[in-house]
Amino acid sequence: MSEPVLRVEGLRVAFDHPLGKVQAVDDVSFALSPGERFGLAGESGSGKSTLALSILRLIKPPGRIEAGEVWLAGTRLGDLDEDGMRALRLAGIALVPQGSMNSLNPVLRIGGQIGDALAEHRLPLTGGEEQRRIAALLAEVGLPETVARMYPHELSGGMKQRACIAIAICLRPKVIIADEPTSALDVVVQRQVMATLARVQRELGAAVILVGHDMGLMAQFVDRLAIMYAGRLVEVAPIAEMITRPRHPYTRALIASLPSLDTRGALAGIPGLAPLLRDLPDGCAFHPRCTLAVGRCRTEKPKLRDIDGAQVACHLA
Amino acid sequence: MVSLIEAVDVSKRFAGGLGRESTLALAGLSLAIHAEKPSIIAVVGESGSGKTTLARLLLGLTEPSGGSIRYRGSDLRKLTRDERRAFRRDVQAVFQDPYGVYNPFYRVDHVLTTPVRRFRLAASRAQARELIGETLRLVGLQPEEILGRFPHQLSGGQRQRVMVARALLLEPKLIVADEPVSMVDASLRATILGSLRKLTDERGISILYITHDLATAYQVSDTILVLYRAHVAEAGKVELVVKAPQHPYTQLLISAIPRAHVARDWLPNDEDRRAAPAATTSAGCCFADRCPLAGPDCLSEPPALYRTEPGRAVACVQFGQHPALPAGGLGEVLSV
Amino acid sequence: MTRSAFRYIRRNPSLAVGITLLTVLALFVIVGNLLVDTEDARPLSAPTLRPPSREYPFGTDRQGRDLLAVMVAGTPLTLRIGFVAGFLGVGIGTVLAFIGAFYRGLIDTIIRGIADIGLTVPGLLVLIIIAVSIKGTLTVNQMAIVVASLAWLYPTRTIRAQVLSLRERGYVEVARLSGMSGPSIIFFELMPNLLPYLAATLVSSVSSAILASIGLEVLGLGPIDAPTLGMTLYWVNFNAAMINGWWWWWTAPTVIILTVFLGLFFLTVGLDEIANPRLRRSA
Repeated sequence: MSEPVLRVEGLRVAFDHPLGKVQAVDDVSFALSPGERFGLAGESGSGKSTLALSILRLIKPPGRIEAGEVWLAGTRLGDLDEDGMRALRLAGIALVPQGSMNSLNPVLRIGGQIGDALAEHRLPLTGGEEQRRIAALLAEVGLPETVARMYPHELSGGMKQRACIAIAICLRPKVIIADEPTSALDVVVQRQVMATLARVQRELGAAVILVGHDMGLMAQFVDRLAIMYAGRLVEVAPIAEMITRPRHPYTRALIASLPSLDTRGALAGIPGLAPLLRDLPDGCAFHPRCTLAVGRCRTEKPKLRDIDGAQVACHLA
Repeated sequence: MVSLIEAVDVSKRFAGGLGRESTLALAGLSLAIHAEKPSIIAVVGESGSGKTTLARLLLGLTEPSGGSIRYRGSDLRKLTRDERRAFRRDVQAVFQDPYGVYNPFYRVDHVLTTPVRRFRLAASRAQARELIGETLRLVGLQPEEILGRFPHQLSGGQRQRVMVARALLLEPKLIVADEPVSMVDASLRATILGSLRKLTDERGISILYITHDLATAYQVSDTILVLYRAHVAEAGKVELVVKAPQHPYTQLLISAIPRAHVARDWLPNDEDRRAAPAATTSAGCCFADRCPLAGPDCLSEPPALYRTEPGRAVACVQFGQHPALPAGGLGEVLSV
Repeated sequence: MTRSAFRYIRRNPSLAVGITLLTVLALFVIVGNLLVDTEDARPLSAPTLRPPSREYPFGTDRQGRDLLAVMVAGTPLTLRIGFVAGFLGVGIGTVLAFIGAFYRGLIDTIIRGIADIGLTVPGLLVLIIIAVSIKGTLTVNQMAIVVASLAWLYPTRTIRAQVLSLRERGYVEVARLSGMSGPSIIFFELMPNLLPYLAATLVSSVSSAILASIGLEVLGLGPIDAPTLGMTLYWVNFNAAMINGWWWWWTAPTVIILTVFLGLFFLTVGLDEIANPRLRRSA
C-alpha cells in the first residue's frame, strides 16, 4: 500500500484498578491508507473505545499509555508535547465521540460551537468569513444554514450527529475516528448519517476509523475490518474476505450469532462470558470459549500473522 | 372467552409544557392477548412510535388518556386488591436497562427475594432458596455465581438474565419484554432470546417482545406489530410482514437495515439530504409526508387497518379494497 | 476495613479535617469536664476581669465567671441546641419530603407551597418574634424547639428534589411489579439510597441551627442563665468588652465557635462527596 496516513505500532494501554491492572489494549498494531474506511469491531469491554481515545492521547489517569507508537503521516505523535497534541486534535485527527448527542454544549448555538473549534486552532477569520465557513460546513453535512443559530435541543438525534460530524471535519483532518456514531439512532436515520459521513469522507480524502459492534453496519460501510477481543486484535481482513471466510473462531462465532433477515433458524450465541480485562486467561484470551482450543492455546498467546491477505491471531488458522 | 389482557381503543397523550403542544404517544389501539395459545408477539418501531408507551400501559405503570386496559375483563384502574395481586402474578416485565433496575444498595438477591416474600411463594427460607436457585438455573445461570453478589459485580448479560428469572418466579402468563437485549452484547443476545423462546415453547408463557431490532424480532417471534408515530402500520405473521412487507413504512424499515453480506446495497447513491421532519398534526396518514406513494386520499383521513390476508393487516389506503379490521380484530390477526 | 477507611480519608481530606476538628472539640469538652468544676461557670465564682493566668487559663469575666469553666459547660449546651433543632428539622423535613415527592398530587403541592413560601420569609426575623413572644426566659430545650420550627423548611425542599429524581429509577418500577406497596418502596428502596445525602443535610442543618441559636442569644433572646457560647458573646457586647480591652473574654468563644463551624463545614463537604460520587477525586 502507499504511504499509510496513520500507523499504530505495539500500543498498550492499562488502567490501574485497586483489584488489579486492567490491560485494556494489548499490543495493537495496524496501518491506515489515505482515504481508507477501517472498521474496529468488538463487544463491550473489548478495548476498542480505549484504543480510539489512546490514539488521540485522551486517556486520563488512572489509565495510561504504557507502550507503543503512533505516526500520523510521518509525524510521530510521541514526539509532540501536550500543545502539539492539542493542535493535532481536530486538525489532523478528528474524533466523533460516542454519545455525540451529549457532547454538544446545550447552552451554545451550533454555529457558536463550530466557531469555537475554528477559533481554538487560531484561524484568522473575520466575522463574515466565519459565518460563511460555518454555513458551508453545515451544507456539507446536509444541514440547512438556519441550524447555525439553533441550540442542540432543537435538533433531532440525526441532525445533532451530523452537527458533530461538521465539527469533526471543520479543519479538514486526515483521519476521522467515529466512535459508535449511530448507536443511539433509529435505523432509517442511521443510514442518512452514515451516508453523510461516507460522502464527506470521500470529498475530504480522509481516512475513517469506524468503531462499533454492529457487524451489519461494518459490512456495508468499511473497506477493511479489525476484530478486537479482550484488548487484542484477533483478525484483520478486507471486509468481503472476513464475511465469506472468517478465519478466527471468535469471528466465525460472532458472524454466526448475527440474526439474519433471510431465514428463521436456531439462535446461536457464544457460550460463556468475555474475560475480565484484569483477569485474562493465559495463552489465547478466547480459548475458554473456543470449541477448537488445543493445549497450545492455553499456554501460548497467539501473534497476529499474515495469511492470504488477512491477519489472524490464532494458532490453528 | 375473556382475554388475559386487552387494550380497548387505548390512547395516550403527554401534555406539553409551556408553549409546547401535547404529544400523541399512542393513537387508539385495540389489542387482545389471550393466554390459551402461548406465542411471542413482537412490537417493532423506532423511537417515538409508541411501543414503550404500549408496554407501560399494559403493565399498569401509566394510565391511558383514552380507552382502557382490561385485565380479564376488568379495567386496570378499578381492580380490587386481590385482582391486582392476580394481575401482578399473571403479567410481568423485563426492562431494557440491566443497570437501573437494580437498587445499588442491595445485593442482587433482593430483586429475587422480594417477589417471593410479597407473594408468599415459599413457606420457609430454605424453600425460597430452593425456588430461586431452580429459577436461576432455568435461565442458564449458576446460583453460586450470582447470589450474594452486588449488581456491579455481574455482567450486563447476567443481570438481564436475573431479571428474566425474577419475572419467571411468579409463573406469569405474559411477560412484557421491553428491549430486553439491546443493551447486551451481540454474542449474548441470541442466548437470552433463545431462553425466552424456550419459555414460550416449554412453559407456555406468552411474550410481548418490544424492540427496534427487526432482525431479532424476525428470529424469535411468531407475529409482529409494526408501529409508526403512535399508529399501527402493519401487523401479522412474522414471515409475511418481514419477507413481503406491504406497508411503505415497513418496506422502508426493512431496507434500512444494514446486512452482514458481501453486496454493498445499503448506502443510498443519492443521499436524502432532508433533515427529519417535524411531528405533523395533519389529519391524514401519519406516514404521508415521507411516503413515496402518497396521494390525495392519504391526506384526508388516517387509513383503517385492512385485512389483506388471514394472517396480516395493513393500514394503507392502497389496500382499501380489502375488508377493514373490526374492533378487536388485531388480536385475531396476531394470534398464532 | 480500617485500611480501606484510611485510604478513603486520604482521598477525601475534607472529611478528615472535619472529623479532626470536631474530635478536638469533643475532647476539649470531655477532658474539660473532668478537670474543671462547671460550677465555676456561674457568676461570682472567681475574681472579676482577670486576664488568663495559671489559675484561670481563660481568664474571668465581669460577673466573676471562670471562662474556662464557661467554655467547658457552654459548648455542649450550644451544640445540644443545634443537634436537637437540626435533627428535628431534618426529621420533619424527610417525612414531608418523601410523602410529597412520592405521592405527588395535592399533598405535594401543599407541602411544597408551604416550604417555598416559608423560605422567602427572613428566618431570623421570625425567630426573634417567636422568642420575644414567649413569656419569661427560655430554657435551652425551648430554644431548640424555637429554632426547629423553621429548620425543616430547607431540608424538605432539597430532600424532595432528591426523591423526585430517585423515584424514576428502574428499580422503583421493578419493586412495584414485585408487589411492594408505596410505603415499603419509600422505606426499603428509596431511603437506603438517600442515607448519605440525608447525613450531609443533617450536618448542614445542625450547623444552621447553631448559627440561628447563637444569633438569637447574642441579641439577648436566649436562655439568660445558661453559660452558652452565644450568651457569653451577649455579655461581651453588653459590657463593651472589646472597647475595654478585655480581649480574653471574646477570644475564647470566638475560637470555639469558629472550630465548630469549620468542623461542621468540612464534614458537610466530605459527606457531600460520599453522597455524590461524581465529586469523587480519583485515587
